[in-house]
Amino acid sequence: MTAVVSVGIVLLLVVLGLWTVVARAAFLAIAGFVAYGLLLALVWVRLAGVDVALTEAAIGGGLTGALLIGAASRLRGTEARCEAERCAPATRGLALLLSALVSIGLMVCVLLLPDPPPTLAPEVAQAMPATAVGNPITSVLLAFRALDTLLEAIVLVIALIGVWSMSPDKAWGGRPGSPQAVDPNGTLAYFARLLPPIGLVIGVYVFWAGADHPGGKFQGATMLAAMWMLMQMAGLADAPPVGHRGWRAAIAAGPLAFIAVGLLGVFTAGGFLAYPEGWAKPLIVVVEVALMPTLVLVLGLLLAGPAAREANR
Amino acid sequence: MSVDTLAALGASLLIGIGLYGLIVLPHPLRKIIAFNVMGSGVFMLFGALARRGAGAGFGADPVPQALLITGIVVAFAATALAIALVVRLIEATGSASLASDAPAPADAAPH
Repeated sequence: MTAVVSVGIVLLLVVLGLWTVVARAAFLAIAGFVAYGLLLALVWVRLAGVDVALTEAAIGGGLTGALLIGAASRLRGTEARCEAERCAPATRGLALLLSALVSIGLMVCVLLLPDPPPTLAPEVAQAMPATAVGNPITSVLLAFRALDTLLEAIVLVIALIGVWSMSPDKAWGGRPGSPQAVDPNGTLAYFARLLPPIGLVIGVYVFWAGADHPGGKFQGATMLAAMWMLMQMAGLADAPPVGHRGWRAAIAAGPLAFIAVGLLGVFTAGGFLAYPEGWAKPLIVVVEVALMPTLVLVLGLLLAGPAAREANR
Repeated sequence: MSVDTLAALGASLLIGIGLYGLIVLPHPLRKIIAFNVMGSGVFMLFGALARRGAGAGFGADPVPQALLITGIVVAFAATALAIALVVRLIEATGSASLASDAPAPADAAPH
């Protein structure tokens, strides 16, 4: 029975993936992509990756979908002209051949995988008690491979700098997006008042539970960022101006705190990002709490986009 | 067939589908969606390999799974940057064309 469900989910996923490529209008493709992201989260559950499933549903499907829908509404009218630039049948045939070769090549590799498979699971199980964290994924993210997580936080900040640098000259330093004119008694404003307290509690819970159960700062931060976006869409809050020093400092604080903890390791534990004996859990909590606001701000501001309104100085 | 083999085969198909869309679709936003489909295929293949590495009481190898979470977040950041570039391209030229003979930006003249 479960095998039938697995086959069904994977088949549906491939069909939806195909739909995002063959759909006529960009909006239809995006609708397909959001459904695709949620279905992919189900596949992650079946692959025993509940942490990955939460991330995929929140970021891969949710945030990316919101980003694409926002972009599609601004790109209306450019689609028809691009349609005229569709490449020649010969090029399409070659592309089809190349894609088919890549797929078939990968499939052959998948069927020829070595047995028993290589795994680091025993090493993680052996080293985990030293971190005093119950969730193996959190142990890997913040202890064994903390450098990846540090660089990821820095990549997020760099991506935000990249997005901000797309601001037109006259809007530089101003707020992103257009001001929202929403009915203050409408359904959207109602939900924007009702949901954030609930979302805040769930987001913080998912963040805190990540120490011992599936969850963590990325999933929690996405939920908080989503609540912030909802309030912005309903006109209850406004995105901060891109040029504001205080907001910029708040964004840089997370990675800087992480680097400070890393440097502390050089003097106390003999290596960058190493934790002294018995101090792993408190230091991991410090890093997580420091990174959380940065993640909420960066995810929310990446969604809000470059500055679009003139700065009122 | 086990779940991980099934997912890995599906992921191989998705990588091919995304690659085809990336090459063939003319609109940059559609290329971004296709690239994301290809990327999620790569993630899924990696996740299937993590599932194969189950052991020591874990349902899957936690090291690749942690890298996957990092990967998904970075993919979102890259998508946001790509979309900002496309929106700026349209604001500057009034067209989303990537053709080499596309109209020059309206504000390209030296100030």
